[in-house]
Amino acid sequence: MTLKPRDMTLFLAVLALIAATGFLQSWNVALGILNMGLVSAIMALGVNMQWGYAGLFNIGVMGFLALGGLSTVIISKPPVVEAWDAGGPRVIFALLVGTAAIVAAILAWKRMPAGKARAPALVAILILGFFVYRWLFDPAVAAIEAVSPARAGNLGGLGLPVLIAWPVGALLAAGAAWVVGKTALGLRSDYLAIATLGISEIIIAVLKNEDWLSRGVKNVSGIPRPVPYEIDLQNSERFVERVSAFGFDPVTASTITVKLAYAGLFLAVLIFLLWLAQAALNSPWGRMMRAIRDNEVAAEAMGKDVTARHLQVFILGSAVCGLAGAMMTTLDGQLTPASYQPLRFTFLIWVMVIVGGSGNNFGAVLGGMLIWYLWVMVEPLGVALIGGITAGMPDGFWLKDHLLETAAHMRLLTMGLILLLVLRFSPRGLIPER
Amino acid sequence: MDLLNAIVAFANFVMLPAVAYGSQLALGALGVTMIYGILRFSNFAHGDTMAFGAMATILGTWWLQAMGVSLGPLPTALLALPAGIAATAVLVLLTDRLVYRFYREQKSAPVILVIVSMGVMFVTNGLVRFVIGVDEQRFADGARFIITAREFKELTGLKEGLAIKSTAMLTVVVAIIVVALLFWFLNRTRTGKSMRAFSDNEDLALLSGISPERVVMFTWIIVAALATIAGVLYGLDKSFKPFNYFQLLLPIFASAIVGGLGNPIGAIAGGFVIAFSEVTITYAFKKVAGYLIPAWEPQGLVQLLSTDYKFAVSFALLIVVLLFRPTGLFRGKAL
Repeated sequence: MTLKPRDMTLFLAVLALIAATGFLQSWNVALGILNMGLVSAIMALGVNMQWGYAGLFNIGVMGFLALGGLSTVIISKPPVVEAWDAGGPRVIFALLVGTAAIVAAILAWKRMPAGKARAPALVAILILGFFVYRWLFDPAVAAIEAVSPARAGNLGGLGLPVLIAWPVGALLAAGAAWVVGKTALGLRSDYLAIATLGISEIIIAVLKNEDWLSRGVKNVSGIPRPVPYEIDLQNSERFVERVSAFGFDPVTASTITVKLAYAGLFLAVLIFLLWLAQAALNSPWGRMMRAIRDNEVAAEAMGKDVTARHLQVFILGSAVCGLAGAMMTTLDGQLTPASYQPLRFTFLIWVMVIVGGSGNNFGAVLGGMLIWYLWVMVEPLGVALIGGITAGMPDGFWLKDHLLETAAHMRLLTMGLILLLVLRFSPRGLIPER
Repeated sequence: MDLLNAIVAFANFVMLPAVAYGSQLALGALGVTMIYGILRFSNFAHGDTMAFGAMATILGTWWLQAMGVSLGPLPTALLALPAGIAATAVLVLLTDRLVYRFYREQKSAPVILVIVSMGVMFVTNGLVRFVIGVDEQRFADGARFIITAREFKELTGLKEGLAIKSTAMLTVVVAIIVVALLFWFLNRTRTGKSMRAFSDNEDLALLSGISPERVVMFTWIIVAALATIAGVLYGLDKSFKPFNYFQLLLPIFASAIVGGLGNPIGAIAGGFVIAFSEVTITYAFKKVAGYLIPAWEPQGLVQLLSTDYKFAVSFALLIVVLLFRPTGLFRGKAL
């Protein structure tokens, strides 16, 4: 499938919108929107694989993004040596014991003959496993979190380059997706939705509360970058010389250079993924996925293992979301577990996919960039609009104050309206599936 | 004596909160299950409908309070409740007319309706934030306790107190009345029976001359009432914060699914199962254990899971039910 002229126009229009921001406001703002837009496009690609290819309804995107974010901490932060000495191996061992208990329970359920002994055995293994796990886990966590809590209080990471965290984030998300998919796929479509909603809330709760891992609400800042720091550029004589030759201010030029470097990285990942996704969609595998989506019964009658294919595509889509989550945290340079809000990180991604055109990878990319642009721009526009409406009202009038105060919440309203309007009048999106 | 103390402590910290919370969840799950049984989709906007209903009631309460009206020991919000229900009913009927009806006529797949409900959720959420903001609002007035811990101790001479919050008691009483009314309506009235017939077999119901639009309208009105009452009771008992209602979505859906989607009795049972598990598993049993086994001095709090992981409880129950009994405890219609 190639892009039609109309689709190209749409892409150019979005780029023109971003460029207009650059000319009218500042290039820093415009590149900021572009970078996050590229990451959003990757998130939308992931969701589109699940929804567009296979009709799977995942509303736990936030959780998979957060796992990606966690991987940047685990991979790239330097290890906190005292904390490792205090209880690192014990925590790892406790986690292994916990996992082993669950695996043992599953094995017991599968291997033991159905009878009176099976259910009590299952419960006994789980309860025993839980207490052993807590007995191992709790003292180790207390020891780790006691190590200079203001500065660290966690295990830190492996100290590897942050780029490695991107595929690792995808792997973490894929693992979580496997667990969810194994239990909820093959049942009603809504059950997957509820299960993913649940797992994402739990992942966020873990990030917020397991201080030994992610420092919880104390946040992890200073995650290493894959690109140079602005201050290093400003101190580099060669850089200053070169930009001065073009007549740029070194400070502005350094921030823009950094953002451009990020944009290049993200664009490379996006193009690579888009190429993979297109190849997959046009392969026999892609046709099979769409066949399953359009008529599960017929596909099953043709000998396709529907549940297994669903699990496969669910894991793939979640892995892409995990990758995007790692990229986002790398861009932010910090992991702030409290900032993960489902409306922003799950439902907004859905708006992107639906508006862009579900089932079409280019549509997802377009939707990601466009909706991100709108998400950023609606707030100032809303404030300006309310400002215009209330300009005629006297100062101190309660309605004026209230409207000005709540104008920032226009965003959700607008996004909801856009979603409803698109679903109603153009359900196939801006770039429909062909 | 120690045994009595243990029982009182358990009742005070586990039983009573769980009964109140369970009633709120049950009312919420009833709304979800009604929509599921009759309109045949999972309504993700339900949490925010609850928030909207509570918000409308709060605005009414403030107005009444400003007029100097009060119910004495009872919260003024009870007086404002009918107005809140009416406002919410107008909202959901309007949404149905403008949004859902189109997809119903198209006979869209349920999953499309779920996505549509997500859009409605956004809009309702934005509306609530727009009107009342994101901050916490307190609107409970009247007596705070039916019996305070101190009074209970003086009355019984026990070391442990049993405090009965008036809002908790009110929650339970109102929930019982509402559920009784609902079941009377569904089982005894003509409209209620036609709704059940429609839920059981749509085609047969249509053939027997039941008007679908009428059934749908009554469903929405009942759901609006349930959502508003659940929202207000939750707000009175805890406090009103728009985001909390979104987070209630998971336990509410877990309740409905654990009980069996589409089955009203299941929704109520599921609500209490979820609430009791959540409160029991996240409660620190140190005090109770201290009374029961005086010789044992536990080091920690004797808490299975910290309260931050209460979602994990609903989730785990949900997974267990999905794995072993996907139709739920009471044989709902979904698989």
